[in-house]
Amino acid sequence: MKAAEVEEIQKKPKTRKTKSVEEEHPLEKWLRMDRMPHIWCSTCGIGTAVTCFIEAIKKTTLAREDICVVSGIGCSGRIAGYIKQDSFHTTHGRAIPFAVGLKLANPKLKVVVFSGDGDLSSIGGNHLIHTARRNLDITVLCINNFIYAMTGGQVAPTTPPTAIATTTPYGNYEHPFNLPALAAACGAVYVARWTALHVRRLTNSMAEALQKKGFSFVEIICPCTTLYARKNKLGSGLDLMKFYHDNSVIVNGADPREVDIQFQSEIKVGKFIDVDKPTYLDSYNTYMKTKLGDKFKPYGVTDEERQ
Amino acid sequence: MKADPAGVLTGVHYLDGDKACAEGGLAAGCRFFAGYPITPSTEVAERVSERFPYMGGMFIQMEDELASMAAILGGSWAGVKSMTVTSGPGFSLMMENIGLGAMLETPCVVVNVQRGGPSTGLPTLPGQADMMQARWGSHGDYRLIALSPNSPQECFDLTITAFNFSEKYRVPVLFMMDECVGHMTEKVVIPEADKIDLTERRYTKKKPGEYLPYAYGEDLIPDMAKAGDGHFFHVTGLTHDERGYPDMTWEMQEKCVHRLIDKIDKNVDEIFMIEEENMDKAEVVVISYGITSRVALRGIQLAEQAGMKNIGRMRLITVWPFPEKRIRELAKKVKAFVVPEMNYGQMVLEVERCAGGQCKTILVPHGGGTVHKPETIYQAIKEAYK
Repeated sequence: MKAAEVEEIQKKPKTRKTKSVEEEHPLEKWLRMDRMPHIWCSTCGIGTAVTCFIEAIKKTTLAREDICVVSGIGCSGRIAGYIKQDSFHTTHGRAIPFAVGLKLANPKLKVVVFSGDGDLSSIGGNHLIHTARRNLDITVLCINNFIYAMTGGQVAPTTPPTAIATTTPYGNYEHPFNLPALAAACGAVYVARWTALHVRRLTNSMAEALQKKGFSFVEIICPCTTLYARKNKLGSGLDLMKFYHDNSVIVNGADPREVDIQFQSEIKVGKFIDVDKPTYLDSYNTYMKTKLGDKFKPYGVTDEERQ
Repeated sequence: MKADPAGVLTGVHYLDGDKACAEGGLAAGCRFFAGYPITPSTEVAERVSERFPYMGGMFIQMEDELASMAAILGGSWAGVKSMTVTSGPGFSLMMENIGLGAMLETPCVVVNVQRGGPSTGLPTLPGQADMMQARWGSHGDYRLIALSPNSPQECFDLTITAFNFSEKYRVPVLFMMDECVGHMTEKVVIPEADKIDLTERRYTKKKPGEYLPYAYGEDLIPDMAKAGDGHFFHVTGLTHDERGYPDMTWEMQEKCVHRLIDKIDKNVDEIFMIEEENMDKAEVVVISYGITSRVALRGIQLAEQAGMKNIGRMRLITVWPFPEKRIRELAKKVKAFVVPEMNYGQMVLEVERCAGGQCKTILVPHGGGTVHKPETIYQAIKEAYK
């Protein structure tokens, strides 16, 4: 738009009646508004991911009170504190086992782990692989911003080679994790990756993951302009979004082994895995029933369901 | 509230301490167990994994002890009594999440069947060297409760007490066994379910929207809610206000952490359990706990046979919080405390502190691997009489 045109529009008297400023924010019911403003930097992708998550919940038929959110530590670890569900901000790396406890003690709950790449795949890596292996019925939403942001920008297991972090001041020389490949190899029944730009697809994917029986994993590539982009001279938040726009390729059904991310490389996104397999509890109940017969008391099944 | 008969194996049994502890947990209503194998505690997990399928409990062998501890916190917040069991190295790994349990005020029971340390130490042999770790092992300031049984029967009885304390005070309770008590087999009498009293968790009566997770009354213990009840509550390991929201100020630190300490300290009289004998005219008091208390008995007998008549015996059943008041009282009256323990001086530090120089305190150390020789304890008593 030319400057003259803008001026023209601005001069025009407003014909539309302005609504009351008291109008409820569309997410107000779902967020702890008494905790706003949040701690995330402007242009951070976590807020977008949270919005998508809430929109995803709305798309499902899950009872709201059954949805629990568990986070670990870090920028993404703060998610549990802002979402108005039963929400648990736990220790670094232990969101998944805490979630396992919640789910197994009350199988009616829909337990969602919403945390970061360092929390879930470095310090908490052991829990990620074993919970996927067991096909425990929880959803893991992993914010991947390629860096430890809360502590000031240190290298992470996901940092692409050659990228600068405060503890790799000359660039990263380690091999990073390809998280979808890791989750898939360990037995996750649903694996997807989107960027913070793909809000519609990310929302749909989160809704699918929430409704999938078994261990579902969604990676969300998120901009961190304060640290990752600044250290690596990648520009503003808008520049990062433009980068996602220009360099993301949707490859649904791609072999997860082929979706690794290099420094400023193409980012393959999509739903990579969607298969069916008995969950931990299904396996337990089915197997024990054959072994112990009527003496076995099925777990997490109501008396009605049993009959 | 009475115990659920489904978990109570009423009858007279011949059980080792580990299995008796497992039975105590089941009788107390534990229905979620997460653990990781480690000698000499594994038998507790094995017993639970065998028994749960018949009573609708959920056992899971986790990938490590960090996960086990985190999982039982989750289990407890879902409204199910939860426990885990471990030994030395595993206890070290659990420490961070024991701290989370203290901060979130989560009822649960953590069993540590102590073996010789440090590090891998003596995996199959006894020790009592985790006593200070039970007090100070997780970072920061907090208070927990720790109990120490000295027989399989007590492993059963006190595991129920441990659950009751954990529910009442909303803290992880540490159950500090040792390899000897864990692997010793004796008669264990399990009463009928209606003879077992259980403390019920105090859930909030507030309506959704009105509940504040850390609002408290006179007893300093907040009412709990469980996941899925529609309260949409938040809890965090960060220093928090009564809404459970983070508040990074020194004022809130003072309020939040001080209460965690006060809620235990102010109830010491209700929590502390000791066994005493021959205290009226005691000149020397032998203070011990766990398996060492049984060896100390023989040491006292030897001293009595040698003519030393006024020997008092005190056994700590509750080890944390420490019975400070009682030790202070006694320190004014007696010549000396003799403290045999299977370490190089842990609980003796507390005895010494409370004695405040008013009487002698003599440690009878032992590195673990086997129990004390009764003669060593006898020699220490003799020394105390001088």
